[in-house]
Amino acid sequence: MPITRGFTGRRRAPRPDRVPPGQYDTGSSWPTLTAEATPRVDLDSWRMVVDGAVVRPATWTWAELHALPRSAYSGDIHCVTTWTKLDMTFTGVSVDALLDAAGPQPAATHVMAHSTTGYTTNLPLADVTGGRAWVVWEVDGKPLPTGHGGPVRLLVPHLYFWKSAKWITRLELMERDRPGFWEQRGYHDRGDPWLEQRYQGDP
Amino acid sequence: MTADIPAVTAGADGTAPIGGWTTGTVVDVERPTDRLVRLRLDVADRVEHLAGQHYVVRLRAEDGYTAQRSYSVASDPADPLVELMVERLPGGEVSGHLHGVVEPGDALELRGPLGGWFVWSGDPTAVCVAGGSGVVPLVAMSRVARRLGIADRLRVVAVARTWAELPYADELADHGAFVALTRENRAGRVAAPPYPDEIEPLVAGTGRAYICGSAGFASYAQRLLEDVGVDPATMRVEQFGETG
Repeated sequence: MPITRGFTGRRRAPRPDRVPPGQYDTGSSWPTLTAEATPRVDLDSWRMVVDGAVVRPATWTWAELHALPRSAYSGDIHCVTTWTKLDMTFTGVSVDALLDAAGPQPAATHVMAHSTTGYTTNLPLADVTGGRAWVVWEVDGKPLPTGHGGPVRLLVPHLYFWKSAKWITRLELMERDRPGFWEQRGYHDRGDPWLEQRYQGDP
Repeated sequence: MTADIPAVTAGADGTAPIGGWTTGTVVDVERPTDRLVRLRLDVADRVEHLAGQHYVVRLRAEDGYTAQRSYSVASDPADPLVELMVERLPGGEVSGHLHGVVEPGDALELRGPLGGWFVWSGDPTAVCVAGGSGVVPLVAMSRVARRLGIADRLRVVAVARTWAELPYADELADHGAFVALTRENRAGRVAAPPYPDEIEPLVAGTGRAYICGSAGFASYAQRLLEDVGVDPATMRVEQFGETG
């Protein structure tokens, strides 16, 4: 591709090892990006559901979810709109704990995350197991703000952040992959920031 | 991402065209204010967009360093050129280059059109509320509505601090948009955000709402529309952050 005439770029220092290609460090700010109206989630009626290709469909109330062993993630997050935010801490429960309770069937290969708004995003099952995915309600020790998916969101920090569905309410185990909200609209099915898997057709 | 990606048509919903990487030649550059630059581009192997979609612009330095940002398209799909209106942000690496350096004849790496949610092609009847440079995708929608002779199906509310800071202010107002200035009195209206009773008549009979602006503006606009009875489930939101 051609060189852009007259463009030298702002940062001449090498890109930090923790910032994936095509991303920049957003520093202290945390941009909010949402395709839908921000919902008011009623915690009395909210449930976390794990169903689909599982042995025992499982449901947790807000209180029951909080009674599970706490699990935290400390590290970086990456948005497909090119910002990366370093050194975040999110607290909630590991998706492993939820899946262990429901028991994925052997044929389960993928997960569809569903939000209270109807938003969906698909993930390979392997990307939400092994201590790499959480359902979280705190960020940096404070309740997760509504605009950032509060009171509760999915967190899959090794993938672009549209996979970390805000206002999560359901993980549906699937026996084959099926595109979610953005994936139906040209975004990548996996979304690995280190491979720049932004749109369908990327490596 | 280094390889050229062929244009593909995306989507189980089958409606949103998605384009791969291509090159746009700058045909026309206009700087209506010291913060705005309007680029008109001749796009190679162009995939026709829907009003509301965006393109990624990628700048490439001699050492291979790249920076890319997304910008909404302002032009009607029927326009032979693709028009972007870019707001220059403080320290904006990409917007600063587009505003300060780019001139006709330059080639820019482009990827698009992209995005298939915040789009409108004529129905349903919709109300659109945008803040500042968030009007850009609504300009494309409004141009489509005029070309199709259905301007009555798109009600545009544009909010800005002053007239001069609102991109396409004259065009929007000339075609019936309601412009609310928050820091400037104009045409008998005292500076203020839009009042619910100013919005209510525009909402009547609409089946969808489009909201575009900063994150703060988007939550404000959502509350405003909810206050006049718009169902949040019908709202489609496009937010932009402080990406330069």
